[in-house]
Amino acid sequence: MTLAIKASGLAKAYGDVIALNGIDIEVEQGTVLGLLGPNGSGKTTTVRILATLLQADSGSARVGGFDVATQADEVRSVIGLTGQYAAVDEYLTGRENLELFGRLFHLSKFDAAKRATELFDRFDLSDAADRGIKGYSGGMRRRLDLAASLIGRPNVLFLDEPTTGLDPRSRQGMWAVIEDLVSEGTTVLLTTQYLEEADQLADRIVVLDHGNVIAKGTSNELKSQVGGDRIEIVVESAADVAKAADLIQEFGSAPATTEEVTKTVLLPVAGGSTAIVNIVRKLDENKIAIADIALRRPTLDDVFLSLTGHVTEGNEESSAPAKGRRGRKGRS
Amino acid sequence: MSTLTPQSVKESTAPRPRLGWLITDSIAVSRRHLLKITRVPESLFFALIQPVMFVLLFAFVFGGAIDVGPGGAQAYREYLIPGILAQTVMFAVAGITVGITEDASKGIMDRFRSLPMRPGAVLTGHTLASLLQNILVIGILSITGLAVGWRIHNGFSDAALAYLMFASFAYAITWVGAWIGLHMPNSEVAGTAGLAWIFPFTFASNIFTPVATMPGWLQPFVLWNPVSCLALAARKLFGNPTPLLGDSFPERYPVQLSFAYCFLLLATFAPLAVRAFKTRNK
Repeated sequence: MTLAIKASGLAKAYGDVIALNGIDIEVEQGTVLGLLGPNGSGKTTTVRILATLLQADSGSARVGGFDVATQADEVRSVIGLTGQYAAVDEYLTGRENLELFGRLFHLSKFDAAKRATELFDRFDLSDAADRGIKGYSGGMRRRLDLAASLIGRPNVLFLDEPTTGLDPRSRQGMWAVIEDLVSEGTTVLLTTQYLEEADQLADRIVVLDHGNVIAKGTSNELKSQVGGDRIEIVVESAADVAKAADLIQEFGSAPATTEEVTKTVLLPVAGGSTAIVNIVRKLDENKIAIADIALRRPTLDDVFLSLTGHVTEGNEESSAPAKGRRGRKGRS
Repeated sequence: MSTLTPQSVKESTAPRPRLGWLITDSIAVSRRHLLKITRVPESLFFALIQPVMFVLLFAFVFGGAIDVGPGGAQAYREYLIPGILAQTVMFAVAGITVGITEDASKGIMDRFRSLPMRPGAVLTGHTLASLLQNILVIGILSITGLAVGWRIHNGFSDAALAYLMFASFAYAITWVGAWIGLHMPNSEVAGTAGLAWIFPFTFASNIFTPVATMPGWLQPFVLWNPVSCLALAARKLFGNPTPLLGDSFPERYPVQLSFAYCFLLLATFAPLAVRAFKTRNK
């Protein structure tokens, strides 16, 4: 097993604010690591350190076999980086941009032009290649940006929130492109706030929160940490929530949780379908009207909630975990 | 479990010496900025319109009130043009300050820094492109000057030296703008800060009025001000009126002093700017 990225004890502080609190990361060659966490969890700081844009306060990292602190030039010749903002020159055409970056990657004029044409074909941008970027859609810009980071055929690709702000269709398109790259052997480190994205693309996931690694593993391993299936019951009347939870507890594998505002009871269960039948019967016998009932497979949202006590979306939750519990409280 | 063994770095990046790459990288970056000028020709137009307005205003409106010795209005126009050239070179600096701040606040700077290019080339390329634009503007302004009655009285070599001096100063002072640009939080602030320091140097100088008309306490600053030196040196080299205050060092050796200023500015601010670039956001 060969590691394309190996970081140990990476720490970085901005004044009093600790961005990274000594994290270890290992990415096997040819695989995708998803760095998952809310805003401010340290994802971008990690990418910036590994891509030689930022110096860590302590710790060390090797990318493609080179030390990011002492062999920055060598690291830069084997990596590609796509940041959160399309890093291209608005006033130039797509082709001029790619050729510029190709030249700065020290390709010959001929090779830079050839590589640009290849990339336009691959990313479905050939028609727009000679148009100014100002006329590109958001999705086209991101694709051009990704193309720019592939100019030097990098072994290791850093994608910092590659689909943030894209519409669902463009996001699907980006995913397909990333999957292609991985199948060709590129190692990818991907940051995202979208659990679905990590689920879809990443072989392994590292969950960051406040600069610490709070979990790592495959998507399935993480999900198994929050237990198996859950049944979500929405009752008609808020007054019935507590009663319903008590009534159905016998079918659960763990204590039910309730959410009065949404009139929801969540019950972890072992055998999903049998439990549903039992629950419906039990509630019906007790004259509790059910508005909705569904079997839920655990999502990474659940993982995040169970690990940190707050959900992933947005900043507010991460800075105020208590508020992020959204009124959900455990019952025993 | 092993970490990846470094593979041979791609052959294209291997043999060339660092200086060679600095030059090729700078050319690639300056090409980007020159292309940008062709895409937004308005920027060049307005870079030109402002000094041309100054020429017309001072030649025909204010000029009559300013006495630069015998020769009246014609003498003033000859006095004015070298001053306007110096002013133009100064004001061009604000543009690069904004340009660099804008780049730095966008992702493109990260892209540059993640490429195996020479880091200094981002700045040398930008300053070179700015120099080329400056040379063009200086050329057009000279023609405007000729049209309003400015003349070159000394020989070709003196005039060539004057233009070389303007170009050198234009390039050197650009690095001050680049250095400032790397410390600005956003392009709005850069737009104001980039001009703020230029005003005292440009207007507390001899470019529009002779030093003798200014208060005594200000005169030493005006005399040693690089902008004054540049204008005075150009007037001497072109053979235009040079109403002197006395025989202080800057008035005796303006050409030498101007080139010395160029060297000092470049030797100080180029390394400072490159350092600021490398450590920005680290």
